[in-house]
Amino acid sequence: MDVTRSENFALHRRDVVAALLADRGEMLVVAGLGAPAWDVAAAGDAALDFPLWAAMGGAAMVGLGLALAQPDRRVLVVTGDGEMLMGLGSLATIAARAPTNLAICVLDNERYGETGMQATHTAAATDLTAVAAACGVPVTATVRDGTGLGAAIAQLRGAAGPVFVTIKVRAEDLALVLPPRDPIHLKDRFRDALSGDTA
Amino acid sequence: MTEAEQSWPEAVYRELLRADVRQVGYVPDSGISRLIELCHAGATTTAVSLTTEEEGIALLAGAWLGGQRGALLMQSSGIGNCINMLTLTRACRFPLLMIVTMRGQPGETNPWQLPMGGITADVLGLAEVSVREAATADSIAGYVAEAARAAFDGPAAAAVLIAQSVIGVKVFED
Repeated sequence: MDVTRSENFALHRRDVVAALLADRGEMLVVAGLGAPAWDVAAAGDAALDFPLWAAMGGAAMVGLGLALAQPDRRVLVVTGDGEMLMGLGSLATIAARAPTNLAICVLDNERYGETGMQATHTAAATDLTAVAAACGVPVTATVRDGTGLGAAIAQLRGAAGPVFVTIKVRAEDLALVLPPRDPIHLKDRFRDALSGDTA
Repeated sequence: MTEAEQSWPEAVYRELLRADVRQVGYVPDSGISRLIELCHAGATTTAVSLTTEEEGIALLAGAWLGGQRGALLMQSSGIGNCINMLTLTRACRFPLLMIVTMRGQPGETNPWQLPMGGITADVLGLAEVSVREAATADSIAGYVAEAARAAFDGPAAAAVLIAQSVIGVKVFED
C-alpha cells in the first residue's frame, strides 16, 4: 500500500471537471460532498447542479432517482472515492435498473479530502471501476492521465449507460470554491430551472 | 383471513396511484411482497429494489428534483439504516412517504428483531418523520392516503407503520 502515490498522479481534478462540464448544455449534475462539490462550483455554479453538503454515500442514488424521472436528460454524478465507497451497494442497484442516461464519474485521489487527507481503500486494494463492472454496470473505464481522458469524457456525457468512470486525480490541497449552502434554495432552484416548479 | 387482510395491498396501491407516486424504492419484507409485486407490474410505477434502505431516501430526493413523486417500502429494521440519509429529506425539505412493516412487536419470535422494532417509532419522531400506526388491515389505505397528503402537500416526511399483528408473526422452526 503506497498512500503517497496519489500525490504524483498526473491529472488535476479542477482541470478534469472543467473539461467534463464545458458547454454542458442541458446536462443535470449531482455533486458528491466535499471536493467534488467544490470542483463543480469552480467550473461555474449552475442552477442545474445539485451539490450535496452531507448525505455521504447518497450521490449516485440521487442521480438514479433523477435519471429515472428525466429519461430524456443526461444525468452526471460527480463524486469522490470516499463518498462512493460508502455507497457501493448503489452500484448494484443502478446496474439492476440500468438507466441509459445516467453516468457516474469518481474523482479518485485515494484520500478523504475534507477530514485531513487520510487514505481511502482505493489507496490500498480497491478498484472502483472493477467494482462497478462486477455489479453489472455496462460501460466502465479508468483514466490515469491525459491519454483516454477525452474518450472517457465523451462516454460520460453521451454513451448509452449506465456509465461509470474512475479518474485518478492528484491528491492536492486546493482553495475552496463553495456552491450555495442553503439546502432548500439548492432544491428549489434546481426544480425551478428544470421544470419551472418550486413547490 | 378477512377480505381486508387479503386486499389491503391493492387498496394501498390505489392510494399510491391517486397520489401520483411514480418511483417506489424497497427492500423486501414478506408483509409487503404483494404491494411490491403491484408496484413492479404497474404501468406508471417504477419499482427499484435497493441494497439498503438509505439508498431509497436518496433515490426519492433525486426523483423529486426530477419532478416525480415516490414512496419507500421496508421493514422496521431498515429505519435504522436511514437515519443519516434523512439529512437530505430534512435539510432540503424533500417530501418522503414511507410504508413500514413492523417487526419486534408482541409475538415476535426472533429476539434479534426486538431492539430496532422497539425504537422504530421513536427514532422516526426524533428524525422529524410523522408516524401513523395502522393496527388493522382495513385502516392501512386510509393512513397511506393521509400520509401522502402530508408528504406532498408539506413537503414533509411521513410514515405509516403496519403492525406486526396485521402481517402475521414469522415463526422459525428447526
